[in-house]
Amino acid sequence: MVRRFFTQGLCVLALFYIAVMADITVTNTAFAAVDTFEFATPEQQQRFRRMSDEFRCPMCQNTNLTGSNGGVAEDLRREIYLMIIDGKTDDEIEQFMFERYGDFVFYRPRLTIETILLWFGPLLFFILGAWIVLGIVRRAKASSQEPVELNEVEQERLRNLLETVKDRD
Amino acid sequence: MLQKVKPSPNPYDRFQLKFELEAVMSRLKLFAPVIGFLVLAVMLWRGLYLDPRTLPSVLIDKPLPEFQLQTVELGEQIIGKADLPDEPFLLNVWGSYCLPCLQENPILMAAAEQDVVPIVGVNYKDKLNLAQLWLEDNGSPFEFSILDESGRLGIDLGVYGAPETFVVDGDGVIRYKHIGVIDYEAWETEIMPAIAAVKAEAGQ
Repeated sequence: MVRRFFTQGLCVLALFYIAVMADITVTNTAFAAVDTFEFATPEQQQRFRRMSDEFRCPMCQNTNLTGSNGGVAEDLRREIYLMIIDGKTDDEIEQFMFERYGDFVFYRPRLTIETILLWFGPLLFFILGAWIVLGIVRRAKASSQEPVELNEVEQERLRNLLETVKDRD
Repeated sequence: MLQKVKPSPNPYDRFQLKFELEAVMSRLKLFAPVIGFLVLAVMLWRGLYLDPRTLPSVLIDKPLPEFQLQTVELGEQIIGKADLPDEPFLLNVWGSYCLPCLQENPILMAAAEQDVVPIVGVNYKDKLNLAQLWLEDNGSPFEFSILDESGRLGIDLGVYGAPETFVVDGDGVIRYKHIGVIDYEAWETEIMPAIAAVKAEAGQ
């Protein structure tokens, strides 16, 4: 029963984890810089907004390109804008960034050998933890179910204890 | 916990080996927390001395990007990749606004005076008159400085802030990158060995 509960819980949490990892939205409400880029279509503007939200500024670490007013962030926003206007696809823009700044610029790094631990490390630790907890619970349950046999001395002591409790009432 | 191992006439007795293995395993289990702690401690200790600002460059062993830009020194003349030295050289990204650049200038000056390697500058996101003034005031270790006012060449070089220094070989391939100020230690332990390695390779 306990085991089934744990396995079910594990599955639910794993699914939740995958869902979260697959759809991280880096929201940054602090718009440090206001660029005056003009787009032909709202889609282009949306793409620009999304991409500069998802790229990390190489200079001011832990800020995305949208939120950073560092010089290089400004330049990179301009490059992204120009590439979007130029009709480049998202993949091409990502490749452009990767070739210059590596995996670091991605808030959502690509799944490669080098980043696999980053993606699945937490899940690995969770499973490890769950496995350990499961083991402890199972062992505790097993030991609690064993009938305890008392020898005569112990039985005598138990009887005495029970009597003193009764006397107190 | 520990199994008592029965003395056996044959030391390679399979059962005895099994007992011993179990004994060792249960003993190892005892040490698991200590081992875990040590691994974590070593990693965190190392982490204390890593500079999170030094990003690994993806451009190592890649050729320099193409460019067509003016220089600080040569007026209207446009130069490109072909105008760079065809021997190993340093490409130093600098700006007049950049204090660490001022700090590393004497080392670059000394290297230029001793003809260690040619040094080419990239004047990154600066103003021409300010750059010229800075070179007048502090001295120029550069053969010339490429004028990258827009920062576009900087992006192609994966630059995110001056100073950054590349060791480039005679074929125009980036072989080493140093991020931040070059102090004497960095010069001795990083830049010089990188130059020496590239030169040794070219000599062969």
